Amino acid sequence: MKRCTVALTVNGRGSEITVEPRQSLAEALRTELNLTGTHLGCEHGVCGVCTVLVGGQPIRGCLMFAVQAQGLDVTTIEGLSGAALTPLQESFRRHHALQCGFCTPGMVLTLHALLEREPAADAVAIREAISGNLCRCTGYQPIVEAALAVSRG
Amino acid sequence: MKPAPFDYVAPIALHDAIALLERHGDEARPLAGGQSLVPMMAARLARPTVIVDLNRIVGLSGIVVDREAVRIGAMTRQAEALAAADLSAALPLLAQALAEVGHPATRARGTIGGSLAHADPAAELPVAMMALDAVLTISGPNGERRVPADRFFAGAFETAVKTGELLTEIRIPAVGSEGHAFLEIARRKGDFAVISAAVRLRLADDGRCDAVRIVLGGVAGAPVRCTESEERLLGERPGSGLLAAAAGRIPADAIELHSHHASRGYRRDVAPVLVRRALTLAAARAGAPGLGVPAP
Repeated sequence: MKRCTVALTVNGRGSEITVEPRQSLAEALRTELNLTGTHLGCEHGVCGVCTVLVGGQPIRGCLMFAVQAQGLDVTTIEGLSGAALTPLQESFRRHHALQCGFCTPGMVLTLHALLEREPAADAVAIREAISGNLCRCTGYQPIVEAALAVSRG
Repeated sequence: MKPAPFDYVAPIALHDAIALLERHGDEARPLAGGQSLVPMMAARLARPTVIVDLNRIVGLSGIVVDREAVRIGAMTRQAEALAAADLSAALPLLAQALAEVGHPATRARGTIGGSLAHADPAAELPVAMMALDAVLTISGPNGERRVPADRFFAGAFETAVKTGELLTEIRIPAVGSEGHAFLEIARRKGDFAVISAAVRLRLADDGRCDAVRIVLGGVAGAPVRCTESEERLLGERPGSGLLAAAAGRIPADAIELHSHHASRGYRRDVAPVLVRRALTLAAARAGAPGLGVPAP
């Protein structure tokens, strides 16, 4: 099957990758760019662990083909923080908002996008935002508390 | 969970997309937001050999609200529609239905037209479009045709769109002063509805109902309009007894669907309850007195 060359921006840097059309964006980020912070779970759009930001909006990385990302701006968990953690990531650590960590990149990116749009988001907005991200460890409460601590300043 | 191999084309002109779909026939599938097609491909329930990506086509998305109608380009993202204040003000019923569709990350990619053309029997948007008397524009090799929502949805995953055609625009006539409600029962927030109800209800100056629409989703292949219930309400002043009586007139045989999540019997029991709640909310919003706050 034909492979396609795709030029896109990942974490602020121009990248060119060669992919099969059937490769998901999340898979291509992992295998072609070695950005393994983006996880793959169910691979059919249910669990949310593959969430990345495209144009600043959270999307399911498993439901977008990498070829579709031509010319787009993608942010993965690796691109979120510089030398130090972001306040949200720091809050996750402080509130024990992760245990195994598998869902964490998707949770952090989803909540990061929410707080960019709605810096004072309340608990309802936070729960709504992560309604599409599954976590089997925390019971969600510490994740909500971590985000609330940031939105309440 | 990997899709089977396929060839990918991303035309920028609508006529090129139509020509590609016509040439490849049933081997090809148009790709809109991909929130239903891609999971089906991952599970190999769909194995198109050609994907015609509609995301690069110019002019297929956007929302125009004017005095007569709201026009929505088929490729408009659900998130964009939900965030459009003029759309929510003009069509609060549609905004309520959109809020029940999936999650932020699926709405960011999922499109209005994609959901309608996919026509999942449990989907919210077909139900809302039926209740809103939407007219859908289908573009094909011979130009455009317009199909009203009640003839667009032919059954489960079946619509009036034929091979080589695309749904390109949705036109919804402006609504006047009326009450509305969109309610659903789902297993979890963001899941497809087990059953959903869209209601519009208008009261004349004397407080009598002079227009009403009741549409149910998740009960049959296509959305079902509850005309017996509507007839019970026309010309009457809505009170809680009347609304319950109208909700009770949903014919049991209109409710066909059955799954391991919700039996046909459960759906038949719960449909009148959901319709009663939606009618109560819509009538209260239309200004009917004495209905109190309906159960959530």
